[in-house]
Amino acid sequence: MTDTVTSPDAGNAGAPPEDGPILAADGTPLARSLNRSVRRQKIRALALIAPLLVFVLISFIVPIVGMLLRSVDNSVVPETLPRTVVALEGWTASGPDDTPPPEVYEAFVLDIQKAADERRHTVVGGRLNYQTAGVASKFRQLGRAAEDIDTSSPEAAKAGLIDVDATWGQASIWQTIQTYDGEYTTGYYANAVDRNLDVDGVQARPDDEAIYLMLFWRTIRLSLIITVICALLGYPIAWLLSNSRERNANLLLILVLLPFWTSLLVRTSAWKVLLQEQGVINESLTSMGLIGSPLPLMYNQFGTIVAMTHILLPFMILPMYSVMKTIPPSYVRAAKSLGATDFTAFRRVYFPQSVPGIGAGGVLVFILAIGYYITPEIVGGTTGIFISNRIAYNIQSTLNWGLAAALGAMLLVAVLVLYWVYDRVVGIDNVKLG
Amino acid sequence: MATLPAYTTPAQKIWHYGLRVLCGFIFFFLVAPIVAIIPLSFSAGDFFTYTEGMLTFQPDAYSLKHYEDALTNPEWTTAIWNSFRIAIPATIIAVTLGTLAAIGLSQRHVPGRRAIMAILISPMIVPLIISALGMFFFYAPLGNFMQDTLRLPQDLVEFIKIVLAHAVLGIPFVIITVTATLVGFDQSLTRAAASMGAGPLRTFFKVQMPLILPGVISGALFAFITSFDEVVVITIIGSQKVQTLPWQMFVGLREQISLTILAVATMMVGFSIILLTTIELLRRRNERLRGLTPS
Repeated sequence: MTDTVTSPDAGNAGAPPEDGPILAADGTPLARSLNRSVRRQKIRALALIAPLLVFVLISFIVPIVGMLLRSVDNSVVPETLPRTVVALEGWTASGPDDTPPPEVYEAFVLDIQKAADERRHTVVGGRLNYQTAGVASKFRQLGRAAEDIDTSSPEAAKAGLIDVDATWGQASIWQTIQTYDGEYTTGYYANAVDRNLDVDGVQARPDDEAIYLMLFWRTIRLSLIITVICALLGYPIAWLLSNSRERNANLLLILVLLPFWTSLLVRTSAWKVLLQEQGVINESLTSMGLIGSPLPLMYNQFGTIVAMTHILLPFMILPMYSVMKTIPPSYVRAAKSLGATDFTAFRRVYFPQSVPGIGAGGVLVFILAIGYYITPEIVGGTTGIFISNRIAYNIQSTLNWGLAAALGAMLLVAVLVLYWVYDRVVGIDNVKLG
Repeated sequence: MATLPAYTTPAQKIWHYGLRVLCGFIFFFLVAPIVAIIPLSFSAGDFFTYTEGMLTFQPDAYSLKHYEDALTNPEWTTAIWNSFRIAIPATIIAVTLGTLAAIGLSQRHVPGRRAIMAILISPMIVPLIISALGMFFFYAPLGNFMQDTLRLPQDLVEFIKIVLAHAVLGIPFVIITVTATLVGFDQSLTRAAASMGAGPLRTFFKVQMPLILPGVISGALFAFITSFDEVVVITIIGSQKVQTLPWQMFVGLREQISLTILAVATMMVGFSIILLTTIELLRRRNERLRGLTPS
């Protein structure tokens, strides 16, 4: 900064020569000198930001991109079965009992023998099992048997393989391999919307296996219900806070901030204590003689809605409050002095000004709700769980990571779109904490 | 509550008090569940219900045994220790890098400020389960590499993974609170310091840092609580060796083991009250320093 200061008494170097540009103290033209200073500031700012930016890029953005790639990654098939993939090119099954030419069998047996040595045959079997149930066991079986298959001629390999298991004499298993022979696949996304990708294109899954669209729909529906309840409960509170005297408002605000600051696990435990069959609510109602048998308050959607409304309510109240605080009370007074009734003054003057607060709180609560995992897991049972719970289930139990990644990618897109809306409505810079 | 003016109509009075009663119920809904667990944590029984004796205030229906369990049972003490062991370094990383970046971001000329901001805030926006999923795919091979090639012990590798993951999750909070403080920072103060011959480091530590310290500390508390309360990422990418307090509670809640969870929960409520008070005091101090009246 200091070297670009030009002032009349900076010496005669700063005085403009007769026709030339204005010069800085060191004799360079002022415009260039200023540019250089701005550039230096930019570099300094970037140098301060760089360590964090690199850290976030590597340990957060790269993993997210990696997840997106994994949702289409299918490299295990062409890498483990390279010869089979080539040999299968050009073959189309004419019927369920049509088998590929013997060369395909020979290539496949050679691939599997190599894969079995590297213990990779189960990986590719597991991969294909996500598409056609039961394939994994056939591949596992081959790991032991492939060694003994005679590969002296293609015909011998074919006979040998079918001898191991009759499945290899049918078209379907070869069609599955053929469908998933590329480096990339849309198969996981098809699964994520309850479809199956096979040789004839995209097919609907049988109804008893179709759960993901239902879960997405449920996640959206419950999140909307929670958002609406939060808005209904939050509005009067925010109004009271912004229309009370400052001292009172601060005291009441503590009642909002205390749950906001309390650990999520603590609040979820509290709801479990209250809602369960022998919980506080059921026991009190029974002892008061109001109910004969315990009400099913948790392990269902009711439990999820109540607990999540409680947990997310502060996220609704705080943005509403910060908007309502800025509405001048004189507007409502002016409306009333012009003859508006209380209700009209509220409806025509106060409410429209508070809508941005509802929008901000609503989008925030909805975004937080659709990604929730812990609370539905504890109080939701089977009917109250969200798509996140299924993602976690696919990572930890079924180990179908590609499907988990595809479901995650779809949820991520939904959240990013909502954030874009939020940014347009409120501005991310206006996010306030506490 | 202010007394109502004399000209209020009966209908307005009903509205006025009706609204306050309604708000009372909502405040009750907000606070009661948290308060309800506190007496239960002192129960002498072993179930998640109020016993007859507790309701009639029999002294022998109350006991501290669940607290004793929480503070002596190795399962819980290890979890408490792990929580601090992970949250503290994660906070230090988030605060150091975050404060520097916030100072950079509040300079007058920053190319691509919006894009940089969006990247730095993204860990807060992306749902935790998705962050966990991405990190799971990222840290599994990285962990294997550290263990097999760099020959680091497994415990250390687990620890590093979680600390880095938690540091990233805490960063947005540091950025938001520190940039908010810097909005009110008078840049001419650093220029004044520089004109009197202080170097950039000296200016930073003697002039800028003391003034933005409240923002930095509340950012640090946010980052700390983010890590301390985090359970999704750690259950996906962590192992038993780094089982933290929230994780232990999560497992306990799923399997309903004991009332010790409520004793721990009560202690955590006390902990959040302390944090809340600290942040509020810092906020007031910050506003006073900036010449605003505390509100």
